[in-house]
Amino acid sequence: MLQRTDSVIIAVMARALVPLIQLYALYVHFHGHSSPGGGFQGGALLAASVLLYRISMGPETARSQFPRGWGVRMGAAGTLIFAATGAACLAGGGAFLDYARLPGLSEDPAALRSLGITLIETGVLFAVMGTMIAIFDRIIASEPA
Amino acid sequence: MRVLSAAAILAFGILMVTAFLDLPPRGDRQSPAALHVSPYYVRNAERDMETPNVVTAVLADYRGYDTLGETTVIFTAGLACLLVLYRRKNAPENR
Repeated sequence: MLQRTDSVIIAVMARALVPLIQLYALYVHFHGHSSPGGGFQGGALLAASVLLYRISMGPETARSQFPRGWGVRMGAAGTLIFAATGAACLAGGGAFLDYARLPGLSEDPAALRSLGITLIETGVLFAVMGTMIAIFDRIIASEPA
Repeated sequence: MRVLSAAAILAFGILMVTAFLDLPPRGDRQSPAALHVSPYYVRNAERDMETPNVVTAVLADYRGYDTLGETTVIFTAGLACLLVLYRRKNAPENR
């Protein structure tokens, strides 16, 4: 099982780095329209920030930030957000994942497509982040104490 | 059994190399993909979805169905990892 670190340097650096990594992850995610980035990269960065907290702060503190067992649920929710966006386009009268037919939000097809991209990238973000954290938590839990 | 799997791997490897040799060279402007779909994406991505990043436009919109599959693969692979790593509480201790 992971222990809380004894080193002041590691504790302080982790506390300082985690919010920076998360902020950068959000930037990478939402700026994916006009620069390299998107859901996959943002999700990996967010997961890295949570894992850094888990490694440095010990199990109790880390669980208050992101409870164990939430990883799988988050991954499932992300995949569901993606599929639900596609289904919403069906409901709006278009083809599956045809964001221009997202119902009831705007008339401009280009703006709707841009919004659809953001929606599915958010689904990807949750799926990647949740899956990575779930695998890490399972590896830690199956280690002998 | 070992000979059989070695033969299968060898046959598959030869198949992959043969297929690879038929691919157009990297950066070939006359390859089929570069003649038809790529110019369309580059010209129309900004107009179609207000997204200057063509990579994101292709990944999330033009090829959105593909990305849905990718996301499902990631999640399913994660579930498979969890199942492999899962240790039953009442199982006899085997190391």
